[in-house]
Amino acid sequence: MNAVLRVLKAGGLTTIQDLGRPGQAHLGVPKSGAMDDYSHSIANWLCGNPADCATLEMTMVGADFEVLAPCSIAVTGADMDLRINGKAASQWQNHHLQARDSISLGMAASGCRSYLALAGGFAAKTVLSSRSTYLGGRLGGYEGRMLKKGDVLGSEAAGPNNLKQKRYRLPWSPRYGSSIVLRAILGPQDDWFSQDITRFFQTSFTLSSQSNRMGCRLQGRAIKKNNDSPENLLSIPVTAGNIQIPPNGQPIVLFREQTIGGYPVIATVLSCDLWRLAQTQPGAEVSFQQVSLAEGQHIASNLQAFMNEAQALLRSQ
Amino acid sequence: MTCTQIFPFPQFHPSGERCLLAVYAQGVDAAVNEKLRRITALLNQEKRPGIEEVVPSYSSLAVFYDPVLVNFQALCDLLRTCEQNLDAAQIDASRTITIPVCYGGDFGPDLADVARHNQLSPAAVIARHCAALYRIFAIGFAPGFCYLGGLDESLHTPRLETPRTLVAAGSVGIAGSQTGIYPQDSPGGWRIIGRTPLTLFNAERAEPCPYRAGDNLRFQAVDEAAFHAILAGEQS
Repeated sequence: MNAVLRVLKAGGLTTIQDLGRPGQAHLGVPKSGAMDDYSHSIANWLCGNPADCATLEMTMVGADFEVLAPCSIAVTGADMDLRINGKAASQWQNHHLQARDSISLGMAASGCRSYLALAGGFAAKTVLSSRSTYLGGRLGGYEGRMLKKGDVLGSEAAGPNNLKQKRYRLPWSPRYGSSIVLRAILGPQDDWFSQDITRFFQTSFTLSSQSNRMGCRLQGRAIKKNNDSPENLLSIPVTAGNIQIPPNGQPIVLFREQTIGGYPVIATVLSCDLWRLAQTQPGAEVSFQQVSLAEGQHIASNLQAFMNEAQALLRSQ
Repeated sequence: MTCTQIFPFPQFHPSGERCLLAVYAQGVDAAVNEKLRRITALLNQEKRPGIEEVVPSYSSLAVFYDPVLVNFQALCDLLRTCEQNLDAAQIDASRTITIPVCYGGDFGPDLADVARHNQLSPAAVIARHCAALYRIFAIGFAPGFCYLGGLDESLHTPRLETPRTLVAAGSVGIAGSQTGIYPQDSPGGWRIIGRTPLTLFNAERAEPCPYRAGDNLRFQAVDEAAFHAILAGEQS
């Protein structure tokens, strides 16, 4: 492997991620992948990579690196005060670096997760058709674990030849607010909560600090089951975005590292809205807006069209 | 294992905009689980464009799909058709996977406690644990972890009051009315009665797991010499 970056400081939780590992949930292997697939994809495009190349996902606190060989990088997602050789540098654009340059990232000023892409994509062993780190299963990514000081990272491929002359920049970037509304489709177990469902959609919850790649907890007025609802739910297959209601009534929104669950699911956040939750800091307000299945699929296809436009825009630069 | 309610018709629910959850019963039932095993096989045989994955659990199954290629109603119709066509599923009638286990000693530090709790001899615990035919109702929680049904009631034992920080991969345990195998080193509170030398999940293998949901599973007692011989074979 060609050595391109050495980790000087690992940051909060830094892992190698791509767009995930689909098709293995029946074996208990969850999809994993970038929590904010939107920022991940754009970071790749800014480096001339396809969207499914591996990037580094950094959580709340960014990492520091020493550059070991000439390379191109881009950082997207949370604003982590990117510095190159100590000087402030812009996120959402590519940078060409030389050996002995330094990259440093700090605390997330807004957002939660930053994505660092490398032209050619980060090298990592492909496990079950993905390079994503699955921390719970200790597989994929860098030895199945989060990065630590001293780790050396390389690129998968050389990256586009003409990249040096290219300056890619996205003319806009998302804003991460302190209050978000997530669109959600009822169910699967919405009928267990039919008497409380109107209030569920009227409630503003607070995002707890107990959040990780498996899911995030919300705090607010407890959501109650109907008196005649079953006592327990037999474990069902789950998906990212499921809003589980455990017995204490405080919702849990599932992310990317779970395949099966035993709490009833009142509603499910659209997959195209999950990146906004992944970028919301603890303490922020979260509420839900009900959409129909048809509306949800329409919204998802609109975001896909928007992403295609963003990709085309970057390609044309 | 009693089933509280088997639905006359499956209930189809969206689970987000790209997953359908079909629920066939509220409760555990081997016949329902067998039906799910067959429907899963039929859907995998069919290879309908737009179906990304089928994940069965105890009495429900999830179909992950691309809504651009297939719509929810068409999937509901397809699932109904599968239910009329269960015999066409290309599966072994009842596949039974045998898991060799070395019971007691360092591999099964809680065997004596399980025996004492149930007023049995350790040998009787082993005999009863090996006598039962277990059904793999679901796989999940961790790669290769199976939810087994069929533990002899005389072996039910509460979890440890203080979970261990490290339970070795392959450890076979009992927790309440459940028995199971830890596929990987992990913390855990199950009463550990033995260990299998088999690797239950290996992403490098063409079939990462030796079993699938719906298979039957049986434990077979082996001595330490056999354990090490099998282990050597697994690692070569």
